[in-house]
Amino acid sequence: MLEAALFFFIVVAGTAGELCVSRAMKSIGEVHDFSPKSILSFGLQSLRLPWMWLGIALMSVGFFSLLAILSFQEVSFVVPVSALSYAAGAFGAKAFLGERVSRNRWIGIAVVCLGVTMVWWSSR
Amino acid sequence: MTHTRRLQLKTIPLILISIILGPLGNVFLGKAMKRVGSLTSARILDLVPVASRVLGSGYIWLGIACLLAFFIIHMLLLTWADYSYVQPATSLSYLSITMLSSLVLGEAISPLRWLGVIVICLGVFVVGRTSPSTTGAPERA
Repeated sequence: MLEAALFFFIVVAGTAGELCVSRAMKSIGEVHDFSPKSILSFGLQSLRLPWMWLGIALMSVGFFSLLAILSFQEVSFVVPVSALSYAAGAFGAKAFLGERVSRNRWIGIAVVCLGVTMVWWSSR
Repeated sequence: MTHTRRLQLKTIPLILISIILGPLGNVFLGKAMKRVGSLTSARILDLVPVASRVLGSGYIWLGIACLLAFFIIHMLLLTWADYSYVQPATSLSYLSITMLSSLVLGEAISPLRWLGVIVICLGVFVVGRTSPSTTGAPERA
């Protein structure tokens, strides 16, 4: 039960957090200049966005759940199972960011999920 | 150079760096947390001694440093590439995390688990053949 709850936080809070961060970064625009100065200014700019802070808060919940589960489970089990976030991410990106997820991309994501399921079976 | 080709030239090297850094960070976190011991029986009062043991471990900081570097690269990628492209593409990290778990942490990896990892990489290949951005330039995936 504890394990399931921790996986829920890792997948749902982690994915929701990444979607918020993605939304914040997209509103800043594409990075063209990779000098440390412009990357720093990008970082500071992103910290002014509420979406960024919401994203960081949600990702923190996911991170502490990951730490807790790693205290009693194998890394090579926890990381693949947490990849349930692939499906969550595609649905979220479509609904929340307005990304058009093409048919080929859905097929790729389905194959990734199949592999994840096999990894999960290997631990049962 | 087409828009997609130009995007791929900067997207792919950054994805490769991130698929090494992310798993390395997770392996270090795993190493640190195993030393702390199982938190399943920990009570709320144990939170302070447990937290101080976690924060006192060098591995946890090494893991956080790797994940922080991973996070910065990931954010840069997300300024131009679709989330639904970046997230599946970085799933190649399953191959590196499985190798690192076996080599560094000594975890036993069964053939079925390796097969699952290869299937994941196959899925990544399918995703990698689609355009990195669908909301910017008017290109079809």
